[in-house]
Amino acid sequence: MTRPRTLYEKIWDAHVVEQRPDGTCLIFIDRHLVHEVTSPQAFAGLRANGRTVRRPDLTLAVPDHNLPTTARKDAAGNRLPIVDMESAAQLAALETNAPEFGIRYIDATAAEQGIVHVVGPEQGFSLPGTTIVCGDSHTACHGGIGALAFGIGTSEVEHVLATQTLLLQPTKTMEVRVEGAVGPGVTAKDIILHITGTIGAAGGTGHVIEYTGSAIRALSVEGRLTVSNMAIEGGARAGLIAPDATTFAYLKGRPYAPKGADWDAAVAYWTSLATDPGATYDKTVIIDAADIAPSVTWGTSPEDVVPITGLVPAPGSFADPSKQAAAAKSLAYMGLEPGTRMQDVAIENIFIGSCTNSRIEDLRAAAAVLKGRHKADTVKWAIVVPGSGLVKAQAEAEGLDRIFTDAGLEWREPGCSACLGMNPDKVPAGERCASTSNRNFVGRQGPGSRTHLVSPAMAAAAAVTGRLTDVRELID
Amino acid sequence: MTPIEKVEGRAIPFGLKNVDTDVIIPAKWLKTISREGLGKGAFETLRADPDNLFDQPEYRQAPILIAGDNFGCGSSREHAAWALGDLGIRVVIAPSYSDIFSGNAVKNGILPVVLPQAAIDRLMEVATTDPIHVDLDTQTVTTPFQDRFTFEIDPFRKMCLLNGLDEISLTEKSEAAIAAHEKKIASDQPWLIPATL
Ligand code: SF4
Repeated sequence: MTRPRTLYEKIWDAHVVEQRPDGTCLIFIDRHLVHEVTSPQAFAGLRANGRTVRRPDLTLAVPDHNLPTTARKDAAGNRLPIVDMESAAQLAALETNAPEFGIRYIDATAAEQGIVHVVGPEQGFSLPGTTIVCGDSHTACHGGIGALAFGIGTSEVEHVLATQTLLLQPTKTMEVRVEGAVGPGVTAKDIILHITGTIGAAGGTGHVIEYTGSAIRALSVEGRLTVSNMAIEGGARAGLIAPDATTFAYLKGRPYAPKGADWDAAVAYWTSLATDPGATYDKTVIIDAADIAPSVTWGTSPEDVVPITGLVPAPGSFADPSKQAAAAKSLAYMGLEPGTRMQDVAIENIFIGSCTNSRIEDLRAAAAVLKGRHKADTVKWAIVVPGSGLVKAQAEAEGLDRIFTDAGLEWREPGCSACLGMNPDKVPAGERCASTSNRNFVGRQGPGSRTHLVSPAMAAAAAVTGRLTDVRELID
Repeated sequence: MTPIEKVEGRAIPFGLKNVDTDVIIPAKWLKTISREGLGKGAFETLRADPDNLFDQPEYRQAPILIAGDNFGCGSSREHAAWALGDLGIRVVIAPSYSDIFSGNAVKNGILPVVLPQAAIDRLMEVATTDPIHVDLDTQTVTTPFQDRFTFEIDPFRKMCLLNGLDEISLTEKSEAAIAAHEKKIASDQPWLIPATL
């Protein structure tokens, strides 16, 4: 018998091409996702050195980061130009590079276009047990279907394009076990916000986090992708959730997923990947699901989490002097006074979208709160940005778009949108946004923007009242 | 990648501590699609001052930059190394660097030399009037005035820089192992190869 191994160790072992004397391994990469922002220099590097893409069949490119989310075609079906010249140049570069290097490409106006981390699982391109990389730190997302997935820099993008491998050091493992059932109004986003608040933004540094326990098992694949997406906010480069019947049901029949006898072989293999009984993690954190409330961030670090029923903390309440200083700085930037009830914080902007929360289930949760209601007049800007064209079509088939527009929210084209200040969707300086994205850093949603991270249901609740709101008051 | 063995020329006596990558190349330059041309954006904020060091005739195209502690801290953007390279810098000399920056520098054929502050102070003085000589092979920095400082460098990085080897060329030496792995997947797990739609 071999020694009991964790899910991470099994995936790692299956991808070692070569081990160096210092323990560094050359790891084979099964899937490479490419977008327009971190790839142009990598392709230029290949061209300059006369190299080709080693495995175009394992590479899938889709533009997402700086596409405007307004209409992409005019009434006659002609493509509308992108006004920002640099964004247009990045898109044009990807449109040239993909065919030149023979890689799979989803066009900006295709029905399948969307945020790269939504598209991968949706197309069945991301599969359990695979190694997946992309030049974006939220690649951790794909861990939700049981893939070892992490973000890489541009040099590494070029390295993977040329060799289909990466030189990596094995990391430690951390288990975050969430046991029990969550209460009403508590979603996958609240679970991961609560986890991040508990372990801290550096809690998973140097580790890959495996999320386990009955509360995680009970999540849909969409919810699992939300949880794993934010592994990086807890300091871990990757997150993992063991693939199970829920995962297989989600993937079956997707365009790139295995078919027929191949499917059965794949499922048998995926099933064997679960962490063995007796395998050990370097660190384990146990969380009681009953302790998790609808959650919200107050500061500029994703660890700055409180329940919606909580108060803005006083910097002096933290034991660590450097955290005290950081909290004071955060509060000044956020324009918040210690002791303020989170539910009294007024919100001018609402963003429902990003690779964390733009899947169909997220839109359904937001629509359930907004149905028959209207946004508050004090909410100036409220947008719903589906994660992909297919999510958009599904939502429209269910009539969700009408619920949003009837409530006074804008219904947009898929893309990263206001998750990062790179395209026209930005939060004005000094204003607040209840956002379903993953980062509340200084200036993340535009210079001077103030982000409160929440679930889609909570963002919808804030839209209705014009302040951060306990969604449980609106759903009972 | 151009190999580095000996670099001789004027050194920019910059000397500032905690220079972050946002100073080296401001965020607005991140939207480019090329590695070339970033030299224009290098130290852009500092170069708004017409008297800045970088644009003095004697330091134009200078191959060496002398900096203070913790050079290249802040965001991990590789553009910082590209911008320095495009500016013509082949060697940076500083008491310390951020880990990510020194890694990115080596990947892009720039030698990060670590020397104690006293040596930096002396080199800053020499740099105002005379050229400096850096020899990677013997791991020394010398001046026309008999100064001689030796520096340490990781042997692997030294080998890469001396031979102009980028990481891709090194990985390409493992071609047989990569091909063997691909063959194994194709026979054991053919379903791993996505269908052509
Ligand atoms: S939505 Fe945000 S986090 Fe996700 S891929 Fe786009 S920019 Fe990155």
